[in-house]
Amino acid sequence: MSETSRVPAQPFKDKNFCLSYFRHMVRARALEERLIKMMRTGDGYFWIGGPGEEAFSVALGLQARKGHGVAYDFLHLHYRSNPVVLTMGAPMIDFLRQMKSTALDPFSGGRNFVAHISKKEWNVVPVTSTIETQYAVAPGTAMAQRRARLKGEPAGVTVVVGGDAGTAEGDFASSLIWSTRPGAELPILLIVTNNKFGISTPAESQHGEKNIADRARAFGISAQVVDGNTPEKIWAALETAFDTIRTTGKPYFLEVMVSRLHGHSSSSGAQRTLDEPCCIDAFEKKLLKNAWITEKEIEELKQAAHLEAQEAHDQIKGEPYPEASTFQDHTFADGKRGGVPGRDF
Amino acid sequence: MANMAQAVRMALHYGEKHLGVTDIFGEDVGPPLGGVFTCTQGLKTTWNTPLDERGIVGAAIGLALAGQKPVAEIQFCDYIFNTIDLLKLAGNNNWASNGQYPLNITVMTPAGAGIHGSIYHSHSFDSWASRLTGWKVVMPSTPRDAYGLMLSAIEDPNPVLVMIPKALMRVKGEELIPGEPLEEKDLKERIDAPLGEARKGWEPRWPELEFAPTPIGEAKIVRPGNSATVVTYSRHVFLAMKVADKLAAEGLGEVEVIDLRTIYPYDWAAISRSVVKTGRVLFLNEDTEITNFGEHLLRRTIEEHYYQLRARPRLLAGAHVPGIGLAPPLEEASVPQEHDIERELRALLTELT
Repeated sequence: MSETSRVPAQPFKDKNFCLSYFRHMVRARALEERLIKMMRTGDGYFWIGGPGEEAFSVALGLQARKGHGVAYDFLHLHYRSNPVVLTMGAPMIDFLRQMKSTALDPFSGGRNFVAHISKKEWNVVPVTSTIETQYAVAPGTAMAQRRARLKGEPAGVTVVVGGDAGTAEGDFASSLIWSTRPGAELPILLIVTNNKFGISTPAESQHGEKNIADRARAFGISAQVVDGNTPEKIWAALETAFDTIRTTGKPYFLEVMVSRLHGHSSSSGAQRTLDEPCCIDAFEKKLLKNAWITEKEIEELKQAAHLEAQEAHDQIKGEPYPEASTFQDHTFADGKRGGVPGRDF
Repeated sequence: MANMAQAVRMALHYGEKHLGVTDIFGEDVGPPLGGVFTCTQGLKTTWNTPLDERGIVGAAIGLALAGQKPVAEIQFCDYIFNTIDLLKLAGNNNWASNGQYPLNITVMTPAGAGIHGSIYHSHSFDSWASRLTGWKVVMPSTPRDAYGLMLSAIEDPNPVLVMIPKALMRVKGEELIPGEPLEEKDLKERIDAPLGEARKGWEPRWPELEFAPTPIGEAKIVRPGNSATVVTYSRHVFLAMKVADKLAAEGLGEVEVIDLRTIYPYDWAAISRSVVKTGRVLFLNEDTEITNFGEHLLRRTIEEHYYQLRARPRLLAGAHVPGIGLAPPLEEASVPQEHDIERELRALLTELT
């Protein structure tokens, strides 16, 4: 069941909806800030994430139809997508477990970096460190959904998310080609969150195209460039995109302009930058202006989110790493552990 | 007897009819061509893709993530190199997700030299493929094993790469595929698409085939012997047997030839037993010789059977050259030929202990 079934007709005129949305954003930020803190205090080797993209991520997390199988939406996310899955309802502690690579990390069992989510029960397919490969893979799940649609069976859509710099990879072009094969167009939502950087390299120094969305338009894909810092705007754009795809079965493209508030990753220090707009600050002002919340209540909300993160952190402090003996488990699905035949098998 | 292309086609037919194969796809795989080697003619679930190998492997992963059962073709293994990180992802998907997402994918691709294929239609991929952890990798040398290994690949819940020797595509087998018609002509009329106008509206008349898988991970002793062992696969199985027969006729001894059939997980037990028996071993394949898969087998042989060896173990592989030259003398100098195998085996058999 989609979270949107509980969404009022005009969500951003609804106090309760907006407060709930704000709370999701605040929790997502508190999670990322806790993860950065964990990295700095030795409870994790590396941090990477997307603080600054909460307005977008919460909207996607609320609008995606979560469940398992082709009847639900498939999510091909990337390393800035923790807030999406948190908003969908994953416990905050799960992300911390992956940060600390504990045995109980439900996404990868202590094998992968933080924000490399994998959650089969909600069709969240494994996030990979290889930039943009998710765009080559996503058409496959969309094909299965198209097949279900043609049979009149319940079918979700496929969502793929990545950053702007990654669109230079050929896999991005693959996704445009494969989504628009004549007579075999796919129910796929292609999203690029554009923060105008590839690690340290400004997009404007490498990309001649005016908008990435123009590349999708060349394939006849309906496309929008949307302000990803304003919940109303990104919410509406996503709603249009999902509605269009669910109705027509055809692809849709969103270029979401977002801020990057803690740099690319811990490799560049993960310091808070103050020269980009913060979607939470802006939304907070709107809520205050409408007198839907007080300064004190905002502070309490933020405190509660930080407390939730801190308690999760306290809880996992004693959790062990996976046993060394498990390092080959799941190499093969048939119980074979991989390794050298006749020695490790 | 069916040739290898027909055998692969029959296995795919069996796969889509009985084993749940949902998609057979790749460049020129669907109608009208049915594959550049005709391996996919007349099948129900074939479709043509854009000329995009990364997209092909990506689509296979995506289809499998959504519970489909895809068989993807890379038209020549020479074109598989730009998909390596996607192949790696397919191989680590289940492991990285701690067992959440097994991928039932079969990728098939023609491999090796021997068809005057010049630089980009003669590559080998077996040594590269041996490093694709999370994949099973097989390479049949006969139509019967091509049929059986394709069935096993389709059934296996993991990614399986099936490399088909280009040079043997049209070579007929000596063993009937269970269910295959006795007469070659009959089989051809039933399942080979006619040329020209007659192809329009043509439907194959498939024989009633049987489920007869060749197990992944099992080598086959194709020529028993006690004097020396050759461990090989693909088209070099036949060259090795020919040389072995010749040397036996000269009274130099009986060479045991092992068709490995599976690159990973390879049948170490079979190799080990034979090496212990003969004490003399040649590893033979046509991939380039530096960090060759045969080197790994040679290393294990030395580590595990050093004191049982009666002669220096050897590797005969392709030359470490940038490509296979088109002119016949260049190709012959680049990949092991019958006379090279003979030279190595003579030396192996006659080396004093």
